Amino acid sequence: MGELWQIFKKGILEENPIFILALSLCPALAVTTTVINALTMGLTVTFVITSNNVVVSLIRNFVNPKVRVPVYITSIATIVTVAQLVLQAYFPILYKAMGIYLALVVVFAIILARAEVFASKHGVVKSFCDGFGMGCGFTAAMLVIGVIREITGGGTILGIPLFGEDFSPMLMMILPPGAFILIGYLVAGTKQWLKKIEEARIKREAEA
Amino acid sequence: MAEYFTLLVGAVLINNFVLTKFLGLCIFFGISKNLSASVGMGMAVTSVMTMSSILAWIVYFFVLAPFHLEFLTTIVFVVLTASFVQLLELVIKKQAPALYNMWGIYLLLIATNCIVLAVPILNVENEYSLLKSIVFAIGSGVGFALALILMASLREKLQYADVPKPLEGIGIAFILAGMLSLAFLGFSGMM
Repeated sequence: MGELWQIFKKGILEENPIFILALSLCPALAVTTTVINALTMGLTVTFVITSNNVVVSLIRNFVNPKVRVPVYITSIATIVTVAQLVLQAYFPILYKAMGIYLALVVVFAIILARAEVFASKHGVVKSFCDGFGMGCGFTAAMLVIGVIREITGGGTILGIPLFGEDFSPMLMMILPPGAFILIGYLVAGTKQWLKKIEEARIKREAEA
Repeated sequence: MAEYFTLLVGAVLINNFVLTKFLGLCIFFGISKNLSASVGMGMAVTSVMTMSSILAWIVYFFVLAPFHLEFLTTIVFVVLTASFVQLLELVIKKQAPALYNMWGIYLLLIATNCIVLAVPILNVENEYSLLKSIVFAIGSGVGFALALILMASLREKLQYADVPKPLEGIGIAFILAGMLSLAFLGFSGMM
């Protein structure tokens, strides 16, 4: 149980797909203009990465290593199509807001990377935890970026105004440049924070 | 004629794929450390994107649309572009080894990349004609190459700058891309 928790946990902080691995950045920048869009994208990716990890882990012994990448890609594309159709049917407004980025979930490096690095070598339960952890880390990062951008760039959160009539939002934050600059600082901040934790751990071990 | 020109300029400058639509960022940040690699990558992406757009357009309008299989677009296009790139790699390796040595490694990186997949999807979503699709693909590729080369030149200069420790590497690269994107935002009033 402890081991599974470890696998789940590492995706959230130590190997956070966006801030640490710097993979799959297109969506982190493109659809985080509002919190609700960021959350939708995060949940979609969590669904795709978890299901794909389970599928890859189930078929890992039947697939010839030479053709594994095309097989993984086809599996991812199928799961993404399912997600696309579900969103289109039940949440048409969000589907519109995601635009082309929803179809592009297929080529997110993080999904293929987890299939290749983790799911193709581990059992179903472990792969599920790994995918779910990575998905949660991704969603958390998307939410952080979404909240900051919506508050600073729009003055609202989940569409509810926060600051009253006189507030004039910083338009740049919901435009592309704001996204780039914000992520630059967030990546640096995460790096610094992890370094602090690491230093504290080394210090503790030295004392003990 | 004017229509095509607008489309081309729009794809290169106004809706620059990297800086305003955030596509192809993995390659953008990975390759832009080196100027000569950026030129090679820009050329490889432009040519692959143009060819795969033509292929995808034919498949969509002659196979998927007549049989009402539009919901399969994502699966078909990703398999199509990925296998096309692999095929291209084999052909170039056999027929033009010199060319392969020059940009063979980039081909592997493009096989599954958002920018190569996005252009064919946008083409069919906007229902462009074949000629328009080609113009749009070339424009997008040139825009990508332009952003990549600009970024690589900036990053080469950056090596002599004294960057704060936590921002080193990817952090400062993002901020730099933000500045570039701000500059490209200036083009948005052009049309």
